[in-house]
Amino acid sequence: MNFEFTDDQRAIKRTANEFLAARYKLETVRELASDDRGFTDAQWRELAELGWPGVIVPEADGGLGLGAVELVVIQEEMGYALAPSPFFSSACAALLLVAAGTDEQRSRWLPGLSDGSVRGTVAVWDTAAGWAPDHSEAEPSPDGTLSTVKIGVADAASADVLIVAGADGRHYLVELSRPGVSISAQKSLDPTRKLYEVSLDGAPAEPLATEGERLAHAYATIITALAAENVGVAQRAMEMAVAYAGDRKQFDRPIGSFQAVAHRCAQMLLEVEGARSLAYWAAWALDHEPSTALRAASMAKAYGSDAGFRVCGSAIQVHGGIGFTWEHDLHFFFKRAKANAHAFGDARWHRDRVADLAGV
Amino acid sequence: VSSTVAGYDAERVDLTLSPAEEAFRDEFRAWLEANNPGREPAGDEEGFEFRRAWQRKLHEAGWAGVSWPREYGGRGATLVEQAIFNEEIARVRAPQLANGLGLAMGGPTVIAHGTDEQKQRYLEPILSAEEIWCQGFSEPESGSDLASLKTRAVRDGDDWVVTGQKVWTTFAHHAKWCMLVARTNPDAPKHKGLTYFLMDMEQDAVQVRPLRQITGEAEFNELFIEGARIPDENIVGGEGNGWAVAITTLMHERATLAFSLQVGVQIAMTELLDRARSTRGRNGEAASADPVIRQRLAQLLIEAEVLRLNAYRGLSATMRNGVPGPEGSLGKWHWSEINQALTELAIDMAGPHAMLDEDEWTYRFLRARANSIEGGTSEILKNIVAERVLGLPRMR
Repeated sequence: MNFEFTDDQRAIKRTANEFLAARYKLETVRELASDDRGFTDAQWRELAELGWPGVIVPEADGGLGLGAVELVVIQEEMGYALAPSPFFSSACAALLLVAAGTDEQRSRWLPGLSDGSVRGTVAVWDTAAGWAPDHSEAEPSPDGTLSTVKIGVADAASADVLIVAGADGRHYLVELSRPGVSISAQKSLDPTRKLYEVSLDGAPAEPLATEGERLAHAYATIITALAAENVGVAQRAMEMAVAYAGDRKQFDRPIGSFQAVAHRCAQMLLEVEGARSLAYWAAWALDHEPSTALRAASMAKAYGSDAGFRVCGSAIQVHGGIGFTWEHDLHFFFKRAKANAHAFGDARWHRDRVADLAGV
Repeated sequence: VSSTVAGYDAERVDLTLSPAEEAFRDEFRAWLEANNPGREPAGDEEGFEFRRAWQRKLHEAGWAGVSWPREYGGRGATLVEQAIFNEEIARVRAPQLANGLGLAMGGPTVIAHGTDEQKQRYLEPILSAEEIWCQGFSEPESGSDLASLKTRAVRDGDDWVVTGQKVWTTFAHHAKWCMLVARTNPDAPKHKGLTYFLMDMEQDAVQVRPLRQITGEAEFNELFIEGARIPDENIVGGEGNGWAVAITTLMHERATLAFSLQVGVQIAMTELLDRARSTRGRNGEAASADPVIRQRLAQLLIEAEVLRLNAYRGLSATMRNGVPGPEGSLGKWHWSEINQALTELAIDMAGPHAMLDEDEWTYRFLRARANSIEGGTSEILKNIVAERVLGLPRMR
């Protein structure tokens, strides 16, 4: 039994941490937050050179062929740096293609998604359906085209290929350069991840193979990665709060020496470490124990959603007035954590799944 | 950079048991199956003698003191093996061991700080449950601020004469030895004037009175000590070093505690899910059909999993680095919150039955209120997390 990363996994984590800290200083994050596209070609190229876009794509399809644990390690650091990047949206598309792409779709798209020469994203929520992440009304027309309106599609304007969730768990691949596709920016809670409305009006769509179990596993990987991202986001917010509490003096003493503040910080640690344990466990289960992976992933997503929001909110409280200003960086973390909490199923939805899987 | 990513072995985080750990588990599981004595009889005396016999049986087979080094009669088990041992005991709901405090705290303290004579004298009877141990730390006016304790020990020839009062002393009425911390130098700073004694409970100067709790039970005792005598050779760790020795005892209490606690929660969680399926909700359907109850059940399932995973992480970190990681300091605090929420939900789902004292959940609901007080209040544990893990400035 060993619940510690190996030296190699630690090395990835450290490398990711150092690389992202050097490239995504908070001034850079702030600039990208007000940029329309949210990243530069040079930034994407560097990530691609590290091999990250293909981290979880099998070697046969042009990727590194690593596991969910490695994806989670990177994603946690992406959250810690709050790096605005299409890395996650593109990884989601690659995951779904690995799970359910036809041979032709795989060979056409996965090498490019792995080396970064193309980018993908995923469209889940359609305006005609409920908000559950597995609920869609989108059905193809008899001519094979798709017409639907999807919201909250990350990085759609800079992506080449879109995986669309449709009715009854079916999925479709749409090339975004084809006719019948229109994309418009949405104003989002979190300015460091760009969200779009994608309207498909008779857009050419190829069905993916119907692979229910494999798709469920891919979605479990996606939510585990998001949960890990919230671990990183919350970890950073906690560190900022603890540093501030040690520094800031009122009534002639550091505010961190007041129990009301110190206990709030202790609560942050409890939630950050809990979220971390669940995310790492879920990643391990995805790679090694598929029978518990769906339960573990939903637990990680439910807990990580709440913890991310609460820890960042609490960090704002510790900072007092300055934490509420635009000038301070905390609000970016708070917004990312809250947006992540609602992507791919919120805490309530995933708790419901946990109850289902426990047989109650 | 990219070569580090590409060239490594991805197969190593492993939450399954190694072949050696599996062999340990299988061996103990088989032994337990053949030897589990079943449910404890009612009544304090009968119950206690039953536990004593159970521990003797474990000891004869070499299963008492699994964490103790082999040279002192233990099994020299790794932390993971200790965890497996606790998990297996809990899984079959085997009875408690009679001398839990001696095994978890007293013995390890003697091993760490005792003289050769003391090791010779005390360790074997702890393992065999021939001599039961209790803990005399807390006092009516010294709870969280343990170092302020007032029980006095004054030298008289080769003896010390002790006067004072201790409280929350488990098993005092069965105990032969009390791990007693007393003030031997009232002029020294409060942490420096303390000495750790082994006090013989079998003397008239020590009076044990049961302390009735909100559950109606008397699980703990008060000790009234009026001129009790302790020979000088019963000091552990030297005069004036009582604080450091007491800390060892408390650290041993906390080391594998998180693991035992999480095992208890897993079992309680299974019982709670059964109760949710079998209890009638407001319209006669199962309580678990209520969406709010479902949400609370799921949240508890998740929290219980966090407790389990943090305990595993704590073990792995301790085995790798010799010290627990940050998650190690969270277990007892987190457990108390989970157990309180769990027992509260058991009551809440029962509607008007919550007003009745019909089954063991009422007792468990009431007993859980002590969880955030006993063995370090949650407030003190949060102080420790804030100061020692997060490095926040000291509180006043």
